[in-house]
Amino acid sequence: MIRVMLPYHLRNLARVEGEVQLEVAGSVTLGSVLDALESRYPALRGTVRDHGTLRRRPFVRFFACKEDLSLEPPETKLPEEVVTGKEPFLIVGAIAGG
Amino acid sequence: MSRVRLLVGTRKGAFILTSDGKREKWDVSEPHFAGWEMYHLKGSPVDPNRIYASQTSGWFGQIIQRSDDGGKTWNTPGSSSEELAGPDGMPKGESNKFVYEGQVGSHMWYDGTQHPWEFKRVWHLEPSLTDPDTVYAGVEDAAIFKTTNGGTTWVHQATAFPAAGSFVNAVHLFDANNGVAVGDPVGGMTVHTIILDPKNANRIYIAISAAGAFRTDDGGKTWRPINKGLKAQFELPDPDAEVGHCVHRIAMHKSRPDVLFMQKHWDVLRTDNAGEQWTEVSGNLPSDFGFPIDVHAHEPNTIYVVPIKSDSEHFPPDGKLRVYRSRSGGNEWEALTKGLPQKDCYVNVLRDAMSVDSLQPCGIYFGTTGGQVYGSADGGDTWNAIVRDLPAVLSVEAQVLP
Repeated sequence: MIRVMLPYHLRNLARVEGEVQLEVAGSVTLGSVLDALESRYPALRGTVRDHGTLRRRPFVRFFACKEDLSLEPPETKLPEEVVTGKEPFLIVGAIAGG
Repeated sequence: MSRVRLLVGTRKGAFILTSDGKREKWDVSEPHFAGWEMYHLKGSPVDPNRIYASQTSGWFGQIIQRSDDGGKTWNTPGSSSEELAGPDGMPKGESNKFVYEGQVGSHMWYDGTQHPWEFKRVWHLEPSLTDPDTVYAGVEDAAIFKTTNGGTTWVHQATAFPAAGSFVNAVHLFDANNGVAVGDPVGGMTVHTIILDPKNANRIYIAISAAGAFRTDDGGKTWRPINKGLKAQFELPDPDAEVGHCVHRIAMHKSRPDVLFMQKHWDVLRTDNAGEQWTEVSGNLPSDFGFPIDVHAHEPNTIYVVPIKSDSEHFPPDGKLRVYRSRSGGNEWEALTKGLPQKDCYVNVLRDAMSVDSLQPCGIYFGTTGGQVYGSADGGDTWNAIVRDLPAVLSVEAQVLP
């Protein structure tokens, strides 16, 4: 069970409270977790990654176990603590002005 | 007695203001979509309780929302309980999918480098005059999308805004390579105005910042520029260029669809032949720079603008917020000041932030970047602040309800 923490506005959009929990079949990577997230919560399509290119939106960051994974490729394996559900995978709205 | 509803989009949420036909006392809603940029909300002319909203964020991109009950409840289209097939009732994720089709190509940035066409946000939603499920969306980078299923899915319309030449300067750009008009890469390249001709279903007018006005006569298959008579003394190498003009807003009275009024970057203009030729009607305005322009609901020759000091200083001249009214379709203008701040006022009024209602007498409304929404229930003679402290106002649309 993968735990994912969403930013406030995306929790509202997905109509969830607190963390979401996802089953990910096969290898737990940045890409497969996001695939599972979008599949379970389709309203999040286009809000974390671009609809077409699946590239991370510029003001969204991916953190796990105190590491910034935002610039890593989608096939990057997530840390064991995330795979086992000990630690959450964090999707964060970047700090930006305004 | 009729009621009036104002749909107000702001930088930090949407607000719905309601009043009875006297338009003296107003209720202000709690914020809808708090924290999001609400570029535009507009109701269907055939079903005023059907409202479409563009919700955007620099972080999370574009969302489309729809209400079928006059703004009480909202869903991303395709997500109402009736529409959802699955047992989990989760919103679907197609209504925010704005994907350019065909050879989109690239366009030149200010530094000469090529950048691919990229969807950024929906600036303007224009519901069909006849079908509540059909809506046009004007987007940045400049294109039009259309839905025929209530916003559930959107289809990119033909983008062939034809090329007329090629030029580059610091502000305005034009890419002749792919035949698409483009503009200011910082604030522009946006279809911000869409006007549906009430007498000819195949005719649509649009305006693109830093490109100009365009018209289709075949329901959107082909477009041609209608910018003859526009002059850009400072912005373009050729002041009379066919494309490249920074049109800020166009307005039409439904009784005369061939007559259009335009607020350009500089200059207020008018055409009497559907855009074939424009004539400047700035007349005695204190500044002919500005953003919105609108037409009186019952007097097709009465028009309103809000003069702004200059392109460099986006606030009213002399710190006085004045709406200017012309009863002669331009050239002769009178300042409307009663109830508006006449000193120390440095707000702007954006292009989609003015609207009229169709009651007697005609009501006029506009919102400011300072968060005020001003209203007049007497055609502009006197004004009141309906609300003073909203976030910066991006758009105002008035609806009359039975």
